[in-house]
Amino acid sequence: MDVEILSRIQFALTVSFHYIYPPLSIGLGLIMVLMEGLYLWTKNLEYHRLAKFWTKIFALTFGIGVATGIIMEFEFGTNWATYSKYVGDIFGSALAAEGIFAFALESGFLGILLFGWNRVKPVVHFIATLGVWLGSMFSAVWIVVANSWQQTPAGYHIVGEGMEARAEITDFWAMVFNPSSVDRLSHVWIGAFLAGAFLVLSVHAYYLLKGRHIEVSKKAFKIALSVALVASLAQLFTGHHSADGVAENQPAKLAAMEGHFDSLSVADMYIMGWVDKESQEVTGIKVPKGLTFLLHQDFETPVKGLNAFPVDERPTAINAIFQFYHIMVAIGMMLIALSLYGAFLWWRGKLFDKRWLLMVFAFSVILPQIANQVGWFAAEMGRQPWVVYGLLRTSDALSKAVTADQVLFSLILFTVVYAFLFTLFIYLLNKKIKHGPEEGELIDQRPRQKEIANAFPTLNP
Amino acid sequence: MQTFLGIDYATLWFLVLGGVFTGYAILDGFDLGAGVWHLFFRKEKSRRIALNAVGPVWDGNEVWLVIGGGALFAGFPVVYATVLSAMYIPFILFLIFLIFRAISIEFRSKEPMKWWRQGWDISYSVSSIVLALLLGVVLGNILQGMNIGADKEFQGSWLEFINPYAIMVGVCTLALFMMHGAIYLIMKTEGRQFVKMTVYIKQAIAFFVVSFSITTVYTLIYIPHLSDRFKEQPIFFLIALIAFLAIANIPRLIKKGKYRLSFIFSSLTIASLLSIVAFELYPAIVLSTQNPDYSLTVYNASASEKSLGILLTIAAIGVPLVLSYTAFVFWTFRGKVKIDETSY
Repeated sequence: MDVEILSRIQFALTVSFHYIYPPLSIGLGLIMVLMEGLYLWTKNLEYHRLAKFWTKIFALTFGIGVATGIIMEFEFGTNWATYSKYVGDIFGSALAAEGIFAFALESGFLGILLFGWNRVKPVVHFIATLGVWLGSMFSAVWIVVANSWQQTPAGYHIVGEGMEARAEITDFWAMVFNPSSVDRLSHVWIGAFLAGAFLVLSVHAYYLLKGRHIEVSKKAFKIALSVALVASLAQLFTGHHSADGVAENQPAKLAAMEGHFDSLSVADMYIMGWVDKESQEVTGIKVPKGLTFLLHQDFETPVKGLNAFPVDERPTAINAIFQFYHIMVAIGMMLIALSLYGAFLWWRGKLFDKRWLLMVFAFSVILPQIANQVGWFAAEMGRQPWVVYGLLRTSDALSKAVTADQVLFSLILFTVVYAFLFTLFIYLLNKKIKHGPEEGELIDQRPRQKEIANAFPTLNP
Repeated sequence: MQTFLGIDYATLWFLVLGGVFTGYAILDGFDLGAGVWHLFFRKEKSRRIALNAVGPVWDGNEVWLVIGGGALFAGFPVVYATVLSAMYIPFILFLIFLIFRAISIEFRSKEPMKWWRQGWDISYSVSSIVLALLLGVVLGNILQGMNIGADKEFQGSWLEFINPYAIMVGVCTLALFMMHGAIYLIMKTEGRQFVKMTVYIKQAIAFFVVSFSITTVYTLIYIPHLSDRFKEQPIFFLIALIAFLAIANIPRLIKKGKYRLSFIFSSLTIASLLSIVAFELYPAIVLSTQNPDYSLTVYNASASEKSLGILLTIAAIGVPLVLSYTAFVFWTFRGKVKIDETSY
């Protein structure tokens, strides 16, 4: 295998593994903010207990998210040096902004969120939770901006020629608000809310099934269900907008997502199917002229197909992109159905009566995770063969000083370490879930610390 | 080129970058140092206290590395790309051990089993040692210059990063962090653990002074381009003097029991040593051992002026924010370590 394919596999591995965690941090962050907010508002200690319990799980996901995230930042330089030189002028400012505005906010307040329960007032703690959550949201802003710029470059000009060429920034805000960043950011945010909400739903459905922590679980379930309902419906809109954007800015990607080859014909929309690249045919269940209707609101306009692009300027893994995209859409629909049905039962006062539904919720945690992963796979594979759409090819973006042996070594290392890390994560997550929220009255330790301090004044300088 | 206060943007960003990496070395330096000392504690309770001394702050400290990486990528993309791809193996190892350091801290106290805790203790300490060494090795290679060709690409072999000078700087960095971390632990511990640390600190200072002296002598003899800069600009002697006084002051302050002040002085030591590095290299960032004209400098390796202007604006808004909540967190967790149910 050559450096290109090894580096691509390594980047895919490290970034997909990383992406298990940040969506959970963003989604759980929102739910923790709601829980702590409700505690401050109602003074009901059950919300406090819930917030404390979810903080512990948050700590686990956040920790692994941070540890695996730093890898990405340096991997651009180690494996994609030519790319780094090409985009540094633009990409760099987004990454620097992420570090300084988002990540610092997040990590700075994390200490107080995790260890400050007995050290600061509840309001200050709430602000810390809010700070961590906003930090994770801002993080997504800058990362999605940087990635969107690769999909739809804007606010730049090209300096130099051939291998010396690089993009230079001309307009910072045009770069930030490039044609796809707003659509994609909202899509990513909401995908993250769904990941967090369904983890909470799953864990508390499990407790309800087991007959443990019943009162707190009902409260948590309702909070998460509200988030899931709003988010899953909103995802329809952001998804539709994103697809419109792809049709306009990256028609080759959209054609691959739908397996559409012929530019002269009206495009169908497939619910599911299989793409045969050789015969350029898709077999499956389709809505005739559906894609044309979604994009143009009529049944006549043809949609640009893959054959309109030179062979070396269109993605190769058409069927994979088609499948990833369709799995994401199908899961999105399932999440809407689940949330709507749950909300309907809640309205009828029967939310917790159906054991089978709780069982479905308990397993539903995996769905948004899969949707987030395959959605990114479709987006990134659909961008190929470009690393920066229309400007720089992936095969030209590599590090010249790095050999295949070195990448193979690091790829093996990452695979082993990540497998170990994932095992640990599942083990500890399971343990925390089995343990559950603390039962009984909460003891506020702050006054006691004050007593101790008064008794031993010399200990506290 | 555009200037601010008479300094051009590229140089200004070089200073910002130096500031961020200095911040990282001071902040994560004591985390790593504390990690190196971890196995010197035998009792479970002492190890937990040592771990929780860095517990609430290590993650925030590591952010400085994230900011530094972003700042290097953004301001000097060519340096970022060339250096990271040239030292592929050390950087990959650095990242892997960074993962192990993080998860060791987080996972250690999550299970009561002895083998579990002992395993993470070892992983934590070994990661800290390797990270400190690797940071020094990278710095040593940059100080020494690298095999960079006319195309600004590294043309040497992947094993070149291992050389006597790099190892010397690696050991020196380890010693410096051990001293810095020991002082931090003195501030954070009580009782017998505290007494133990006041003994270790003397050995740490001795270790640092010896390794630093050897490295300095080697630099003066074998790395002429660095000592030449000293002769050209006498101002270096002033910074060197500050570094020397800062180092000399540490044992004196420790003897007097002024630990907080001695921590400030060990931070000052780190800052002044890194300033010397920066001034010796400037305007180059990475010297080419092939031909000095091929060196990557703040001018030929930087982002566009427009981009640097944006970065400086981001830094002007962001750095005060970062400093203020860093200060808030340190203030919240000031004083000796108290273990409670939320601790690691």
